[in-house]
Amino acid sequence: MFTVPQDLEAEIDERITHYPVSKRSAVLPVLHHLQQHFGYLSEEAVEWTAAKLGLEPIKVLEVVTFYPGFRQEAPGKYHIRVCRTLSCAMAGSHELMDSLCEKAGIDRSGVTHHHPIAVSPDGKFSIEFAECLASCGFGPVCMVNDDFHEAVTDAEGLLKQYS
Amino acid sequence: MGGITYQSGRAPHAKEHRVIFRNIDRAGWDTSIDTYRKEGGYEQLKKALGMERAAIIEEVKKSGLRGRGGAGFPCGVKWTFIPPNNTKPVYLICNGDESEPGTFKDRYILHQDPHQLIEGMAIACFAVGANLAYLYLREEFPEAARIVEKAIAEAHANGFLGKNIQGSGFDLEIYVHRGAGAYICGEETGLIESLEGKRPYPRIKPPFFPAAMGLYLCPTIVNNVETLCHVKHIIEMGGDEYAKTGTKNNTGTRILCVSGDVQKPGYFEVEVGKVTMGEVINDLCGGLRPGRKLRAVIPGGSSAKVLRADEIFTVGRGDDARKLTIWDIPMDFDTLAACGSMAGSGGVIVMDDSRSMSWVLNNLNNFYAHESCGQCTPCREGSLWMKKITDRLVAGKASPSDIDTLYGVAKNIDGRTICAFGEACSWPTESFVEKFRDELVADAKPSLESAIVNPETLTAAAGLCD
Ligand SMILES: Cc1cc2nc3c(=O)[nH]c(=O)nc-3n(C[C@H](O)[C@H](O)[C@H](O)COP(=O)(O)O)c2cc1C
Ligand code: SF4
Ligand code: FES
Repeated sequence: MFTVPQDLEAEIDERITHYPVSKRSAVLPVLHHLQQHFGYLSEEAVEWTAAKLGLEPIKVLEVVTFYPGFRQEAPGKYHIRVCRTLSCAMAGSHELMDSLCEKAGIDRSGVTHHHPIAVSPDGKFSIEFAECLASCGFGPVCMVNDDFHEAVTDAEGLLKQYS
Repeated sequence: MGGITYQSGRAPHAKEHRVIFRNIDRAGWDTSIDTYRKEGGYEQLKKALGMERAAIIEEVKKSGLRGRGGAGFPCGVKWTFIPPNNTKPVYLICNGDESEPGTFKDRYILHQDPHQLIEGMAIACFAVGANLAYLYLREEFPEAARIVEKAIAEAHANGFLGKNIQGSGFDLEIYVHRGAGAYICGEETGLIESLEGKRPYPRIKPPFFPAAMGLYLCPTIVNNVETLCHVKHIIEMGGDEYAKTGTKNNTGTRILCVSGDVQKPGYFEVEVGKVTMGEVINDLCGGLRPGRKLRAVIPGGSSAKVLRADEIFTVGRGDDARKLTIWDIPMDFDTLAACGSMAGSGGVIVMDDSRSMSWVLNNLNNFYAHESCGQCTPCREGSLWMKKITDRLVAGKASPSDIDTLYGVAKNIDGRTICAFGEACSWPTESFVEKFRDELVADAKPSLESAIVNPETLTAAAGLCD
């Protein structure tokens, strides 16, 4: 059963007041709140958002499917985003991706454009490439959930911080 | 926070001229309003609230401030594009999407000096008559969102936001709006669509110039984080005085973000046009890595055309014409444009002779193919074709004539799209092919050329295209 806890709904209701001209503007913030809580955006989450904002569900779904920051699949407990773009690639971010996968036991062979996330068998870690994370001077750069890490050379050490 | 994002006590380089970054990494500095006010924070807002709106805009015009987000458009001039007979509400949006590869400057303002931005935004809002403003932050800055929201609450509590600010009768609310990981949300009309809760499909200009028809189809001023911070200092110094920093038509300071093959990459605030590319690489960044030679520089974010290390650039006209090597280029808007590239977002990406130009171009093509919003056929298809061709090139599966195809695809995007992403995605390919053609061709396989006409190998060649 999909239920949004009361305190979360109260937070969401407060967010919606930030858009006095159009409730539809609150689509992204509402989805962020739901994704933060549930880990990903299910069909129910999309319908709940649509009902909350008085929109057709398709208006919400089209947003979910467009933005790389929204997920329709459950990630691991710790979701890792490794910067793929030029400066980080020059600093070894693709090698970092390989060693993170190896150490966390993640198999990325099934990754495609529409399914960018790979999860470890124990569900603890998931990983995907992200585009430039705006810290290009200090690559390779990655994020683990909301934490930001720069000049990451020790994949094992990074994962250890999250066990 | 922590890590390299906040290196408390790190001193700026002697060639820097810090205005916007005065407090970045400063020992004893923090993000609280008390710290900010102890050093004159919000005094410029108070001053501005006592000025005529037109007088503020006039100062910004006189300052010569040009946008720091990418296009370098004069800020004060943009503000006057709001129709004079306008009766609709006016909005201001601060562009904090910071997503142009190679760019990492706004993040430090957001993380370490949020009140400077809020003060700049508030002055700008007062000047253009906006009572509601949004800060559009890329989703990958969750910490910044928390810091800025806390700062907004503090500004409220101290009477610098909300109703009747400092008894002036001026009301203003600022809200943070977080994106969701799409580069195209940095383009101002894509950003506006995103803020309206939709897919960030850029709008066609004309008619949708934001200053006339922006958010909710009302006049909207969109400015970059760094640009809006400058506004505060223009009020403090006066437009004429501000215009004395930097160089003619390229006034003020700007933050350069240097990444790639230098010893000490980082962020440096310099007077515009007062330091050369050579000084940036050798002095600010400690030079190239030992034993390496410079190969190429992308001077203004990944969309800027690449400069080859051995090019000779002719800038200026008539008696003013002069020849420059890459090392002599003053880092300003006009000279970089004259060199055939752009100052863009200030992101300088340095590449030495250890780098394969095919590999570099392929990395960028992957970025643009991923980030095209898909509205316009030349951009949607073209960016993907360019990626597929360079994917083949780096895999050793491209033929020499593929390089011509690649170039042709790029040339057919540029100028044929709704938004400037079309140029952004085609300029890397155009410039890399123009300047490094031999190297790209050398990575191709002549033996694959005949594959197209040989039916037996046709199937195999088709397989390579996936
Ligand atoms: C594809 C594309 C991406 C952009 N990304 C950004 C960005 O991340 N941040 C930004 O400030 N401006 C970005 N811009 C420029 C904005 O459209 C707009 O010109 C700018 O925010 C205006 O502010 P300014 O005049 O202060 O520079 C981008 C433009 C394009 C075409
Ligand atoms: S040029 Fe590309 S990114 Fe811009 S609107 Fe067209 S398809 Fe979208
Ligand atoms: S390229 Fe990785 S942060 Fe910019």
